[in-house]
Amino acid sequence: MSVSTQNPTQPKLRWGELDEDDGEDLDFLLPPRQVIGPDENGIKKVIEYKFNDEGNKVKITTTTRTRKLANARLSKRAIERRNWAKFGDAVREDVGSRLTMVSTEEILLERPRAPGSKPEETKVAGDSLAKLSKGGAVLMVCRTCGKTGDHWTARCPYKDLAAPSEGFVDKPTASETTAAAAGATKGTYVPPGMRAGAERTGTDMRRRNDENSVRVTNLSEDTREPDLLELFRPFGAVSRVYVAVDQKTGMSRGFGFVNFVNKEDAQRAINKLNGYGYDNLILRVEWATPRTN
Amino acid sequence: MRPILMKGHERPLTYLKYNKDGDLLFSCAKDHNPTVWFADNGERLGTYRGHNGAVWCCDITSKFLSLRDSMRLITGSADQTAKLWNVQTGAQLFTFNFDSPARSVDFAVGDKLAVITTDPFMELTSAIHVKRISRDPSEQTGESVLILKGPQGRINRAVWGPLNKTIISCGEDAIIRIWDSETGKLLKESDKESGHKKTITSLAKAADGSHFLTGSLDKSAKLWDSRTLTLIKTYVTERPVNAVTMSPLLDHVVLGGGQDASAVTTTDHRAGKFEAKFYDKILLEEIGGVKGHFGPINALAFNPDGKSFSSGGEDGYVRLHHFDPEYFNIKI
Repeated sequence: MSVSTQNPTQPKLRWGELDEDDGEDLDFLLPPRQVIGPDENGIKKVIEYKFNDEGNKVKITTTTRTRKLANARLSKRAIERRNWAKFGDAVREDVGSRLTMVSTEEILLERPRAPGSKPEETKVAGDSLAKLSKGGAVLMVCRTCGKTGDHWTARCPYKDLAAPSEGFVDKPTASETTAAAAGATKGTYVPPGMRAGAERTGTDMRRRNDENSVRVTNLSEDTREPDLLELFRPFGAVSRVYVAVDQKTGMSRGFGFVNFVNKEDAQRAINKLNGYGYDNLILRVEWATPRTN
Repeated sequence: MRPILMKGHERPLTYLKYNKDGDLLFSCAKDHNPTVWFADNGERLGTYRGHNGAVWCCDITSKFLSLRDSMRLITGSADQTAKLWNVQTGAQLFTFNFDSPARSVDFAVGDKLAVITTDPFMELTSAIHVKRISRDPSEQTGESVLILKGPQGRINRAVWGPLNKTIISCGEDAIIRIWDSETGKLLKESDKESGHKKTITSLAKAADGSHFLTGSLDKSAKLWDSRTLTLIKTYVTERPVNAVTMSPLLDHVVLGGGQDASAVTTTDHRAGKFEAKFYDKILLEEIGGVKGHFGPINALAFNPDGKSFSSGGEDGYVRLHHFDPEYFNIKI
C-alpha cells in the first residue's frame, strides 16, 4: 500500500544514463518530487513531474492510503510479560539450540474439495475411463462382440457367450476369470489376496506347485521343455515341465523344473538321472527347495 | 501459513493451554517439565522444574491477584502430585499430594477454587477433588473442600460449569456427569444412546461456557449444553479423537487425533490421519485439515483471539499456526 519515498530527482546525471538516452534526458529541468502527508487518515500524496513521449511536461499525482493491517492490541500486562526474565531451562538456552523454528514447509488448510465444486463431479473426474467413454466414443470398439462406442473389450457383457478366441494358448484358470469379472465390475485394481476366492490362492497355491518338484540344473542351452518331458516321462506321470528361458536372448538359462504327480516317481527320477550325461553335460537333479521368502 | 515448530519437550505432548490474554502458551508433556512459550513467535520463556512424572494437565489463573492475570499455574502429574507455580519465576509454591496420579486440573472462575482429578490406582478408585486456592501461598493448605467419587475408570477431564455451580466430568466410562459443586450431588448424566460409546479423551469449553465439546475414541466429537447436558451436535470423523478445541472467533471446531500411538509404526503416515480437522460448528461440514505432525495429535488449543491455534503431538513437537487472512473468509 505504501510507496517508499525516493530521493528527489538527482540533479547530477550519470554518464551511463546520458549515453543510453543519447543526451535527450532532461529530467533535471523538472521540479523535484513532492511528498505530502501521510495525514491522520493515512493518505499520502506524491507529486512527480515527467516528460511524456511528445516531450511535454506532465504532472503526476499519486494518492495512496497507508493502513496498519494488524493493529496489535496487546494488554499492558502482556507487554509487561514480554519483558519477563527467562527461567528454568530457558535460562541456559544457547542461541544454537534452535528450539523454535519456523516451518520451511507451507502448510495450508486443506479443503476436502475445492470450494464451489460438488462432490459428485470430482468422483466422475477421477475415473478416467468413464471420462473417455463420454469423449472419444469412436475409439471404443469391442473386439468380442464388435459393438462400437458401448464398452471396452474387457467389459464386454457378451464375453461369456462369444466363442473362445483361438489366440489364447493358455486357458486362464478359474480363479483368474473370477478375478477378471470382479475387477470389471469395480473398475479398480484389486490385489490378488483380496479377490474373490483368495482363500485358495497364496501359500496354498505355491505349495501345490512346489509339491514333488524336481530341479534340473546344468542343462545344455538347446534343451527345451519337450526334451525334458521326454527325459522324465519314463519315471511316472509328470504334471509340469518348465525350462527357464532368458527373456532377452530367448536362450535357455540352463535349468528347469519338473513336477511329478507321485513323490516316489520323483525320487526314482532323482536317483536315476542325477549325474546322468545328457547332451554332453552332466545333469544335476535334486529336490527343488521351496523359496525361503 | 508457515507454522512455528517448538521442540522443547523430549516426550509426547499431553496438554496445551493459552493464558487469557493469549500471549503465553503453556505446554505439558510426558517429560517432567511444563514449559511456557510466547504465543506470537514461539520463543521459550521458561520451564517449571520439580515434577517427577509425566505432566497431564495444567491451568492458568486469569483474575487471581487484583486483576493481575496469569500469576499462578497449576499442573497435575503422574508423580501423584498437583503443583502450584509462580508463572513469572517458575518457583514452586505448593504441592498437593495424592495417593494416585493427578490427571486433570481446572481453576474455577475467579480462581479461588481448583478441581483436580486423580486416577484409579492400586485399590483406590478415581476421584474428583476440589481445593481452595489461597491468595497467599504460605496460607495454602492441601485439604479438599469436596471429594467426589463414583465414576468407573479414569476421569480424563473435569471442568467447572457455569458460575462455578457445577463440575462437569468425563472419562473412560464414556459418560459425561454434571455434579453440584456445593453438595457433591450427581445432577445429570449423559444417556447411553446419545452419549459417546468409548473413552472420552478431551473436553473443551466454549469461550462463554454455555456449551462444551467432548472428543472420544469412538471417532466422534459431541457438542453439549453446559446447563442441561442436551446433545447439540455430533461431529463424525474417521479416526479416534484425542483432542478438541473450539474457535472463539468463528463457528469452527477442531478435532485432533489419529491412530493409537502403538499402531503408528505399522502404517504409512498418511494413513494415520494425523491432521487437525476443522469442522463447521453448526453445519457439521468438514472445512479442512492441517497436516504436519508425525504422530497422533494429543493436544489442541485455540488462542483466545481466534487468530492462531497450536497443536501438540505424540512426536514431541508443538506446532503454532497463525492463520492466513484467507482462513477468515472461508465459505462452505
